[in-house]
Amino acid sequence: MTPILQAINVRKAYAAHVALDDVSLDIPERSIFGLLGPNGAGKTSLIRIITQITAADEGEIRVRGQKLHPGHIADIGYLPEERGLYKKMKVGEQLLYLARLRGLSRPDATQRIKGWLERLDLKPWAEKNVEDLSKGMQQKVQFVATVLHEPSIIILDEPFSGFDPINANLIKDEILALRDKGATIIFSTHRMESVEELCDNIALINRSHKVLDGSVRDIKNTFRSQTYEVEGRGRLMVTHPDFEVLEHKDRENGHFYDVIRLHAGTSPNDLLRYLIGNVEVHAFRELIPSINDIFIRRVQETMPESLLETTPA
Amino acid sequence: MDKIWLIVQREYLTRVRKKSFLIMSLLAPLLLAGSMVGIAMLSSSSKTDVVAVRDESGQQMLTRLAATEDLKFVPATGNSLAAATEAFRKDKARQDALLYFPPNFTLDSAAGVQLLANGNVSLKRQNAIRKAVNKTVGDLKLSRSGLNQSTIDNLKANVELSAVDLTQEGGRKNNVGATTGAAYLLSILVYMFIFIYGVQVMRGVSEEKSNRIMEVMLSSVKPFQLMMGKILGIAAVVFTQFALWAVLSWGLTSIAAPLLTDSARKSPPVAAAAGVQEAAAARETPAADAPATASATAAPAADSSPLAFLDGLPIASIIGGFLFFFLGGYLLYSSLFAAIGAAVDDQTDAQQFMFPVTVPLILSYIVSINVIINGDPNGPLAFWLSMVPLTSPIAMVMRLPFGVPMWQLLLSGVILVAGFIFTTWLAARIYRVGVLMYGKKITYGELSKWMFYKG
Repeated sequence: MTPILQAINVRKAYAAHVALDDVSLDIPERSIFGLLGPNGAGKTSLIRIITQITAADEGEIRVRGQKLHPGHIADIGYLPEERGLYKKMKVGEQLLYLARLRGLSRPDATQRIKGWLERLDLKPWAEKNVEDLSKGMQQKVQFVATVLHEPSIIILDEPFSGFDPINANLIKDEILALRDKGATIIFSTHRMESVEELCDNIALINRSHKVLDGSVRDIKNTFRSQTYEVEGRGRLMVTHPDFEVLEHKDRENGHFYDVIRLHAGTSPNDLLRYLIGNVEVHAFRELIPSINDIFIRRVQETMPESLLETTPA
Repeated sequence: MDKIWLIVQREYLTRVRKKSFLIMSLLAPLLLAGSMVGIAMLSSSSKTDVVAVRDESGQQMLTRLAATEDLKFVPATGNSLAAATEAFRKDKARQDALLYFPPNFTLDSAAGVQLLANGNVSLKRQNAIRKAVNKTVGDLKLSRSGLNQSTIDNLKANVELSAVDLTQEGGRKNNVGATTGAAYLLSILVYMFIFIYGVQVMRGVSEEKSNRIMEVMLSSVKPFQLMMGKILGIAAVVFTQFALWAVLSWGLTSIAAPLLTDSARKSPPVAAAAGVQEAAAARETPAADAPATASATAAPAADSSPLAFLDGLPIASIIGGFLFFFLGGYLLYSSLFAAIGAAVDDQTDAQQFMFPVTVPLILSYIVSINVIINGDPNGPLAFWLSMVPLTSPIAMVMRLPFGVPMWQLLLSGVILVAGFIFTTWLAARIYRVGVLMYGKKITYGELSKWMFYKG
């Protein structure tokens, strides 16, 4: 199946620096794709190329195998990190205006706006000026504006910033519902917990290069380090040819907590068998690195030495 | 294209629905009509000046100075200059100035004559008194050389100039006052509106930028569409305003005209205020010094039609030319204003970039007045001012009432169109980069780099 969105060797340079260098991505249809990277890595540049705000210097973007063209604008919804609406415009009018700019007819737009405003409890505010709304409500309005024309590709830049937990959950549910209805969601964020919770695939961009991509499960697998956490009672031998104890803590009443890394060729079951023979096991868990850990590790790995030295720890 | 249309609609409707637009539309014609009535009142109530005369020369100037419509000469009280001055100071309600002829004043050495007044004497009054004295002294000299009064009166030339414009069909009578007035009015309208609404375009753009709505907008429309939509939407606002003003002013002058023409019959120069143009003309040409204006405008005013003052003006080419050159000039300047709005982060930074845009606008107005109205409306300098696209919107509109050859209108029009295509192109390139550029101090060098950025 062709990915719904492909970036092929995209390069974008500004006068002073290269924002994107040879970046290629495949984003499968009906998935939630996390675009990660530290500030200034080039995420926004990539998004602006996809949304046709700017153009790539080299390489190209394909939507369903087709080279990006102005007709695709109606099929993409974009929520920028820098939120903004016309302050002196009424909520309903503003949504209608933005929807019609994306090619929706007036009656269609009016009907959908009604539905969305009801769903997000914004109905009483439809005739109010945007400046009279709270920040959270403005964010909701902007989210509605992004998805109103039912695009098949939805790009959300830090969608949860500015929301309280209740509204963040509301938006999260809407995002999942959109995915289930067939939309592909591209998610640019620093909030790693939401990445692990929502994303099927991720790509990590650092210093204008793509440094990592794939499905969240695969990436976590590659970053597994055969490390296990063991809790139990008894005395554990500290040195063994098959594994290595990285961390050992004695607790009261002969309880212990250990972090153990297996040597190559040893399976977790081998360790478990050994443990059962020697101690009373209360807990045995694999230590899987979080996306956050992976993110920090990769970013530091791809950082030039000179920068690492000057960065205070 | 329909996206530009949507943007035009939004820009237009949000502005037209504002209270300030309504107030401006209603108040401006009222103010205009009010000031016209005010001017008419003031000029009709112009009283006769009373001048006290203290003559120590023994030339019997007091009896010889003939009273005119505006001036009346009375003997000064007291028997010395000091006494007369003192009396004049105390009695300023009845006398407007004190004219003093020193003992050494003779017909041949007419020096040392003084005009004393409380505060400054207006140029108009000073001119009138000087004229009266000159005429008296001249007449005295003539009669001393043996001519009697009737011969002197006969010798006086009394020529009235009636200007005829041969470029008009049938050599229609030229209406100098109306022409000059129209030139002033039209050019100041163009100047004001380009300025006011150009700045509105700039504000609108920088508001969108500081609202951070740019990125949302640009993911659905091209920067050029967004910029042109705004410029054209505001242009539509201007034309709506013009139309409202035209209708309201016409209505108001229709009501006010009978009042004005009534007073016009009593004192001819006031007829100049019967129309907007004349009001402007009257301010510029003191009635006493412009008998031609007064007589030329008095005639049409007698028709008691509010539009009679337009007689003798090439109306069609004035209206057509005004609308075209206003629109062209507005498009040219407002795209530059849009570029400024896009380049800077907030209004205060805009000042330094506004300077090079506003200077040609202001200069073209000031220079055009001197070259065209006070100089030769068809001279070479006037020609070039009305060809260069930065100055032509104002200069050409100023020349319109004087009559401009068709080939010049067309040439200037073509150059103006080329000019605004160039500035919109230039502005679009700055705009495109500028609207998404935040927190960067912009310099002219930076701006010139933006023009060469790729898509």
